[in-house]
Amino acid sequence: MTTTTPALSTAVAPPPARPMAWLRHSLVLAGRSLAKTTRNPGPVINGVVTPALFMVLFVYLFGGSVAGSTATYLQYLFPGILVMGAGLAGMVSTGSAINLDLKNGVTDRFRSLPISRLAPLLGSVLADIVRYLLAVAVLFALGALLGFRVHGGLAGALAAAGLAILFGFCLSWVTVFVGVLVRSAETVLAISFISFLPVQLGTSLAAPVETLPGWLRSWAEINPVTHVMDACRALLNGAPVGDTVTTTLVWCAALFLVFCPLAVRAYSRQQ
Amino acid sequence: MSEQGFEAAGLTKRFGKVTALDGVSLAAPRGQVLGLLGPNGAGKTTMIRILATLLRPDGGRASVAGLDVVRHAGEVRRRIALSGQHTSVDEELTGAANLVMIGRLLDLPRAQAVRRATELLARFGLDEAAKRPVAGYSGGMRRRLDLAASLVGHPEVVFLDEPSVGLDPGKRDELWQMIRGLSADGVTVLLTTQYLEEADALADAVAVIDHGRVIASGTPAELKSQVGGHTIALRPDDPVDTDAAALILADVAGRAPERSSRHELVVPVSGDEAFFEIAARLREHHIGVSELSLRLPSLDEVFLSLTGTPTDHEPTKAAS
Repeated sequence: MTTTTPALSTAVAPPPARPMAWLRHSLVLAGRSLAKTTRNPGPVINGVVTPALFMVLFVYLFGGSVAGSTATYLQYLFPGILVMGAGLAGMVSTGSAINLDLKNGVTDRFRSLPISRLAPLLGSVLADIVRYLLAVAVLFALGALLGFRVHGGLAGALAAAGLAILFGFCLSWVTVFVGVLVRSAETVLAISFISFLPVQLGTSLAAPVETLPGWLRSWAEINPVTHVMDACRALLNGAPVGDTVTTTLVWCAALFLVFCPLAVRAYSRQQ
Repeated sequence: MSEQGFEAAGLTKRFGKVTALDGVSLAAPRGQVLGLLGPNGAGKTTMIRILATLLRPDGGRASVAGLDVVRHAGEVRRRIALSGQHTSVDEELTGAANLVMIGRLLDLPRAQAVRRATELLARFGLDEAAKRPVAGYSGGMRRRLDLAASLVGHPEVVFLDEPSVGLDPGKRDELWQMIRGLSADGVTVLLTTQYLEEADALADAVAVIDHGRVIASGTPAELKSQVGGHTIALRPDDPVDTDAAALILADVAGRAPERSSRHELVVPVSGDEAFFEIAARLREHHIGVSELSLRLPSLDEVFLSLTGTPTDHEPTKAAS
């Protein structure tokens, strides 16, 4: 190593700020998040394996008695599994990744760079979209393998996948908010794990809400995940969607509009 | 370009009931290395975080390169770099990928970001490890990469928060060389440390901070004369000679030495003259020594001499 290299740090004029810098920086950071995922794919695999396990388990254990045949039950169950996959792929990775960055000082570096406070968070969530796409694609393949057939046409399938991914994106901001607030990555994981039961299973996933006991039915009807699952089920099976798509979109907007600003605010203030 | 590196006047910061900074004023001209010396919880990190725009001060003002850190935070961030106590590089990414990413975040075009990364990796002796994930790096390599990451944007002012923590002496010397190189290139450096030795090795000026206040400042030489210069430690070969050696020390230093365990004698002296005098007299009296050293006062001794109380290492680092 030499110490005579000239001009290690002679200041040059900083490049002028270009428009859409926040988006460009977010994309750079999304690339970072994805590069980290390729080296440490555990959380993403988890986000695919968990729903896949539930699918196989439910279809072959209960399919016969719940719906008369496993094939009929798969047509009911699969859309819900898809939504679970899109939700989980982000839920388990984004919150804890952001939390880790806060703990180990990476966030301090980002915050001392001339980039938007939104960029690190948006970058992570944008990378999630890629992870959802992956999860949704793998689940579709698995579903087809087990015998699931789309009756809603290509448009229905794309709409269902898009809706599941959009909902996953909006739900991510809740996890991001939790990730910024909570002290340790373990706690974030624990919260994700505990909330999995009511949020993903306390829905119309395994059976129509009308068949659930009163208290559970009340919860499942409030739970936005139920509406997303109902909407995807209708779209994939070519059934009338009713107001399920609208309700889902309203929920997506509400989650995003509330939790994105909250997360960015908490992130900017984090000390 | 401003001739001032950074300046703080009367900075205060409270966290709940804890006063982290209680009216701190500091300044360094461009190209100078200022050492901020103090124990855990003294307010060193808070100081750096305010100057690096990560925290807003409750009172007082601070500027970096002539720009106010609160009103012109965005502009300040274009001119500074921060290397914290934790190395803030991504384990999963390669050394090169880490630096290229920072370059991209600083709006360098890709080719230029790659060029800058290659340049810095070579400069910091990491060219061979450039394509390996950081997870396999040693502590010293991580530190170097972290420092390299902070230099991607050609900063005018660099903040280093306890840069040598966790490094073995050889690696530490290497790091010191690099910090001196920065200063030679005209970069202003604010360095926090718990070791007088480190401040002495690197800093043009030192400020000693305790309980959020600057309790002494000046060049390392001024500070040393203020705290009584050096300490001589002596251990005779034969414990029987301890008393005779103590008499010589007392005579030369003008005060009775303290007797620590295992027959070691310690006495503060004002200059290195005393060391040679003591060595000569020991030889005259045929007293063999297993250890005879002249060293700088430790941080504890500096504090003892400046405040009359030893450092109280606070149990929490929350307010540091």
